Amino acid sequence: MKKALVSIAFGLTASLFATGASAQATLNSVKQKGFLTCGSNTGLAGFGQPDAQGSWTGLDVDLCRAIAAAIFDDPTKVRYIPLAAKDRFTALQSGEVDVLSRNSTATMSRDTQLGLDFPVINYFDGQGFMVRKKLGVSSAKELNGASICTQQGTTTELNLADYFRANNMKYEVVAFATSDETFKAYDAGRCDAFTTDASGLYAERLRASAPDDHIVLPEIISKEPLGPAVRHGDSNWGDIVRWTHMAMLNAEELGVTKANVDQMKTSDNPEIKRLLGTEGKFGEAIGLPNDWAVRVIKHVGNYAESFEKNVGEGSRLKIKRGQNALWTKGGLQYGIPVR
Amino acid sequence: MSTAVDMPRFVRARQVEALPPPNLARGPIAWVRENLFSGPFNTILTLVVFFLLYVSVPPLMKFLFIDAVWTGTDRAACRADTGGSESGACWAFIWDKLNYFIYGSYTISERWRVNIFFILLAVGVVWLLWLKAPRRDLGAVYFFWVFPVVSYVLLTGGNESFSGRFWIGFAIFGALVIALFAFVAALLKASLRPALILGGGIVAVIGITLALVDLDFGLAHVPTSLWGGVLVTLLVATVGIVVSLPFGIVLALGRRSKLPIVRMAAVIFIEFVRGVPLITVLIMANTMLPLFLPGDMTVDRLLRPLIGTALFASAYMAEVVRGGLQAMPKGQYEGAMSLGLNYPQMMSLIILPQALRIVIPGIVNTFIGLFKDTSLVAIVGIFDLVKTIEASRIDPAWAAPTIGITGYAFAALFYFVFCFGMSRYSLGVERRLAAGQKR
Repeated sequence: MKKALVSIAFGLTASLFATGASAQATLNSVKQKGFLTCGSNTGLAGFGQPDAQGSWTGLDVDLCRAIAAAIFDDPTKVRYIPLAAKDRFTALQSGEVDVLSRNSTATMSRDTQLGLDFPVINYFDGQGFMVRKKLGVSSAKELNGASICTQQGTTTELNLADYFRANNMKYEVVAFATSDETFKAYDAGRCDAFTTDASGLYAERLRASAPDDHIVLPEIISKEPLGPAVRHGDSNWGDIVRWTHMAMLNAEELGVTKANVDQMKTSDNPEIKRLLGTEGKFGEAIGLPNDWAVRVIKHVGNYAESFEKNVGEGSRLKIKRGQNALWTKGGLQYGIPVR
Repeated sequence: MSTAVDMPRFVRARQVEALPPPNLARGPIAWVRENLFSGPFNTILTLVVFFLLYVSVPPLMKFLFIDAVWTGTDRAACRADTGGSESGACWAFIWDKLNYFIYGSYTISERWRVNIFFILLAVGVVWLLWLKAPRRDLGAVYFFWVFPVVSYVLLTGGNESFSGRFWIGFAIFGALVIALFAFVAALLKASLRPALILGGGIVAVIGITLALVDLDFGLAHVPTSLWGGVLVTLLVATVGIVVSLPFGIVLALGRRSKLPIVRMAAVIFIEFVRGVPLITVLIMANTMLPLFLPGDMTVDRLLRPLIGTALFASAYMAEVVRGGLQAMPKGQYEGAMSLGLNYPQMMSLIILPQALRIVIPGIVNTFIGLFKDTSLVAIVGIFDLVKTIEASRIDPAWAAPTIGITGYAFAALFYFVFCFGMSRYSLGVERRLAAGQKR
C-alpha cells in the first residue's frame, strides 16, 4: 500500500533523528507534565470519537484513560491529539504523543523498521462480509458467483482476491473510490455483499436504510491486529501500556469489575490479591504504585465493561466479542498472569 | 373672390399630454421582452435556465426545508424504519451537535471565553469596516493590537509564566532597540527626540503585550488541542487575512525593489511558496517539522498550520499587489518624485492608495480563497468546522442516510454566508473608491 510506503519512508527518516530513550524516560516526562498525551483517531465509531460535548470516547480512548488512571489515579489527565493516518507514526516518533492508541494494525515492518513497539493487541479485527438476510447465505464460503462492493485500491480488495482464489470461487468486484460510496451502492442493491474490516461492517450497517435486513457473516478473511503503539527503546513505558491492558483482561477473567473492585481487595484468591496489589510489589516493578490495577478498574472498568460500553451490546454498534472474547471463552484475549 | 372660410385661429397654448407608451413597451412585460426574450438566442437561454431552476430548486427546497426533520434526539428521527423521515435534511443532528461544531472540545465550563472572542472579533470587524464608525484609528489599534492580545489571553488562559531570565533578556533587547533608533537618528542627522519616542513606543508595546500574556488572570489553561469547530476556522481565517495583506504588500514592494538582495529574497520566498500546494505546506509543518526540531522543542500543533496558511496567503497577496503596482503609469512615480517625496512617502501617499484600489477584486479573491482553504487544516488533524462535522457524522447515535448530506449542507451554508459577505462588502468599497472614475 502506498500509504504504508510513505510512513515507512517517514519512519526511516525519523529513526535517523531518534535519540536513545533512557529507562523510564517517558514515564518521568508524563509525570512531570502532569498529563498523558494520547494520539487518538480523528473519528472512528466506537474506537475513538468525540461526543456532542467534544469529549473523546471509545475503546482506544479507554485505554488512554486507563493508562492515565494507572499513573495519576485520574482518567481525565489525558490530552488527546487527533492524528490522521499519515502523521500518526511521526507524531509518536517525534515525541509529540506518549502513546498512539488509534486502531493501528501491528505489522512486522512497523514493529521493526519504524522504530515502534506494539506492546499489546487490544482489538483483533479482520476483514469480513455483510450480506442481506434474504440472500439466505450463512457463510462466506457460499458466496460463489456473488458481486461484492469494496473500496478501490485498499488492502481489502487484495484480501478479497486472495480469499476467493484460495477457495476456488468466482466473484465480481464492484469498486468505489470512497467508503461512503461503496456502502451506498451496497445499500441500494448494486451488489450482493459488502466487505471491509469487521468493526467497520457493524458501523456501516447502522447507516443502512434497514439495518435489521443485513447480517455480518462469521468468516474473517484477514488479520488486522489493532493495538496501541509506543516508541521503541523505552521498555518500561511499553510495560506500563501492556500491563494496563493486561490488568483489564485479568480483571475480567477474575470477575473484578468497576463496581466490586473495592470488595475484591479483601478477596482470598491469591490471583486477585496479586492483581490488586494487596500481595506482592508488582506495581513498583513498573514504576507505578502497587494498586495501579485498582485505579484502572475503578475508573475505566475491566476489558468486558469497556468493550460492551463502547462497541458491544451496550453501544449501538453491537459488535460480538468473537475473537476478542477471553481465551477461556474461545477468543484470543489472553491475560498474562500477574506473578 | 375669396373662398376661404373664416375660421377661428387656433394656437395651442399647452403641450399635448404624451400618450403612455404602448402596453408592450412598458411595465414588466417590456422588461421581460427586453431582458429575457430579446432574440431567439436569448429566448433559448432563458428557457434553458428556467428549466434548470425548475429541476434543481424545488427538490432542494423540499429537501432542505419542507421535508426536513427539525427536532429529535437521535437517529430514530431521521430514519424511515424507526418512524422518522429520511427524505429531508436532518437538522436535528446539527442542533444536537451544534456546540461541538462551534467550540470543538473546548472545556465546557470555559466556553464563555470563546463567546467573548467571537463578540470581540465582530466588534473589531464592524469598527474597521463600517465607514461611519467613530474613531476608526482607535479601531485599527484595537483590531491589530488589543484584540489579538486579549484573544490570546482569553482563549489559551494566558499566564505564560516567563522566567526572570526572559525579562532580563527583554530589557537588554529593549535597550538595544532604543539605542538603534537613536543611532540611526544621529546618522541621518535628524532630531533625537522623535526617534527615542518611536523606539521607546515599540519597546513599550512589545513589553505590555508580553506582560499581559505573562499575567495570571485566574483563567484556566485550555490547550490548543481542545480547540475546534467554528472557533478554529475563524481563527485561521482571521490570522491569515490580517497577516497576509501587510506582509503581501511588503513582499510586493520587495520584489520591485532595486536592491538586489531584497529583491532576490522576495522573489525566492514568493516563488517557493507559490510553487508548492497548501497541503504540502501543511503536511510539512505538521509531520516533518517535529522530526527536524530537537526532541524537547515543540511548536504548537495549531500554531504550525496557522503560520503555514498565513505565509501561503502572503505569497499570493504579494503577486496581487504587484499587479496593482505594475498597472500604475510611470508618470505617477515621476510626479511623486518631482514633488520631492521620498520612497516611503511616495508609496504610502501616491502609489499604494491607487494601486490597492485597482486590485481590490484580486485581494478579496485571495481572502475568499484563504477562507475556504482553512478547511484543509483538517488533513493534519486540526478540528476545524468541516472536520468536526466529519467526526460527528460517523457517530452511531446519528447513523442515518441523510446525516452526511445535512452536515455538508450546514458547512456550505456557513462558508457561503461569510464568503458572500466579503464579496458584497468589496463591491461596495470598489464603488466608493471608483467614484472619481465613473463614466
